[in-house]
Amino acid sequence: MAFVNLQNVTYQYPLTKTPALQNINLQINEGEFVAIVGPNGAGKSTLCYALAGFVPHFFKGEISGTIEVADKESSKSTLDEWVLNVGLAFQNPFNQISGAKYTVFEEIAFGLENIGVPREEMKSRVEDAMALTGIRDLADRSPYSLSGGQQQRVALTSILVMQPRLLVLDEPTSQMDPIGTREVFGTIRKMAEDGMTVVLVEHKMEWIAQFADRVVALKDGSVLLEGKPNEVLTSTLLAENGFGISRYTSTAREGKKQGLWKKENLPVTLDEAVEGFKHNA
Amino acid sequence: MKIEITNLHFTYPTGLEALKGISLTIESGEQVAIVGQNGAGKTTLVRHFNGLLQPASGSVLIGDWDTKKTSVAKLASRVGYVFQNPDEQLFSRDVLTEVAFGPRNLGYSKEKIDELVKRALSLTELSNQTETNPYDLSPTWRKMVALASIIAMDTPIVIFDEPTTGQDAVNVARIANVIAELRKEGKTVITITHDIDFCAENFERVIALFKGQVLLDGSAREVLGQEEVLAQTYVDPPQLTRLGKRLGLKETVRNQEEFLKALES
Repeated sequence: MAFVNLQNVTYQYPLTKTPALQNINLQINEGEFVAIVGPNGAGKSTLCYALAGFVPHFFKGEISGTIEVADKESSKSTLDEWVLNVGLAFQNPFNQISGAKYTVFEEIAFGLENIGVPREEMKSRVEDAMALTGIRDLADRSPYSLSGGQQQRVALTSILVMQPRLLVLDEPTSQMDPIGTREVFGTIRKMAEDGMTVVLVEHKMEWIAQFADRVVALKDGSVLLEGKPNEVLTSTLLAENGFGISRYTSTAREGKKQGLWKKENLPVTLDEAVEGFKHNA
Repeated sequence: MKIEITNLHFTYPTGLEALKGISLTIESGEQVAIVGQNGAGKTTLVRHFNGLLQPASGSVLIGDWDTKKTSVAKLASRVGYVFQNPDEQLFSRDVLTEVAFGPRNLGYSKEKIDELVKRALSLTELSNQTETNPYDLSPTWRKMVALASIIAMDTPIVIFDEPTTGQDAVNVARIANVIAELRKEGKTVITITHDIDFCAENFERVIALFKGQVLLDGSAREVLGQEEVLAQTYVDPPQLTRLGKRLGLKETVRNQEEFLKALES
């Protein structure tokens, strides 16, 4: 059976009139890297919360259907059991940082402390995780003295250090500089190749196409499209439904009308765009 | 209103030297994007424009006002600053009160306040949300409330700190539209951004910061074409600029129109 298995999941937050998720069916294999795309309000963060157990355990509300990760069912587990398998990096790092720690090093160790990891192991895991995300030089700074992008790296690191089997990332690079973003994507890809299952919400289509195995497009709480990155990200359905698309895709689509793009498939990445346009240049 | 920055240095109480001698002039009505690596000093720099931070040495002039000798409250009539995180900025019970707060504090007449608020709400497409509590809105729309509440102050200089973070394509277009409207009115717009395609499509001048200093400063075309120099501060050129380079186009192209035109010729 799939490592992550969502069956007919419908969920409504308390005091709201419409469901945030509607009849979601999603199966993800262990070690798969799945990207979730969609306009604001499509249910992307809610889906992250559902995978991480916050929906419904923390947010309450009405849920139906089943959510399973690593053969455990969410509704039959408690949140403190669930966090041993699943880690979530929040969209806004300000909301994730504990506020209880004076240094970045301690902040990253916070989760490990809570699950009772021995001191020496904790130290080496924190060191390794900081090296992985390139923030060793921030170790002694206060988490609150950091820039937005640096804070986001700390938030990501404090999840990676937990070594979850399912890593859920809600726009982990939204405040990062462009080359830093690319590096983080490379790191996440490597974790997936080492067997970690990754679900990532992201607006940066170029990098999704390059790094993810599969893309799920959400709209109004439902799955609109699902498939290989290039197929989903070049679909006309996306442009028509307010999804962001890569400049390479939109430019090739326009170029096709003018006879400048002759291939049938549209590009999402730089290499694909070079390949299709090079005969004209 | 001209901004003149002369040999600006700033060090945080922790000892971190965030700005190491910045000199810049921004003319009235310019549209400037500030780019650069996380921790390069972008936010630290713009927080000097409205007096939230004070130079350790050097000076910042907003028109004829020296920020060292002018209160933040007074500077607020010349410089509006939209925070990176709207949750650090919003506090009122409803959208209308929030958006009217700034112009009210600036002491405008009631008629002028009404007019400014109405316009700001219409520009940000919030006209039908006046009674909503900002915290009942999604983060996307909270961001628009933060924008509206600064625009309503009608300051000659408006600063946006990463306005497109976490926004979808539709809302990025909305924000671009707000910036275009402010340009038409002759306002100076300064935007910090990591969204380099957004930067290429909406700004004429680009300043790249690197470890507290100015690395590049010039027209978007000049700055965004310099791939190797930008890489020092962890910035990639825009997608279509990179594509043009790879295809060996002579001109640096910034957007779809320029790219397709260069390809045809």
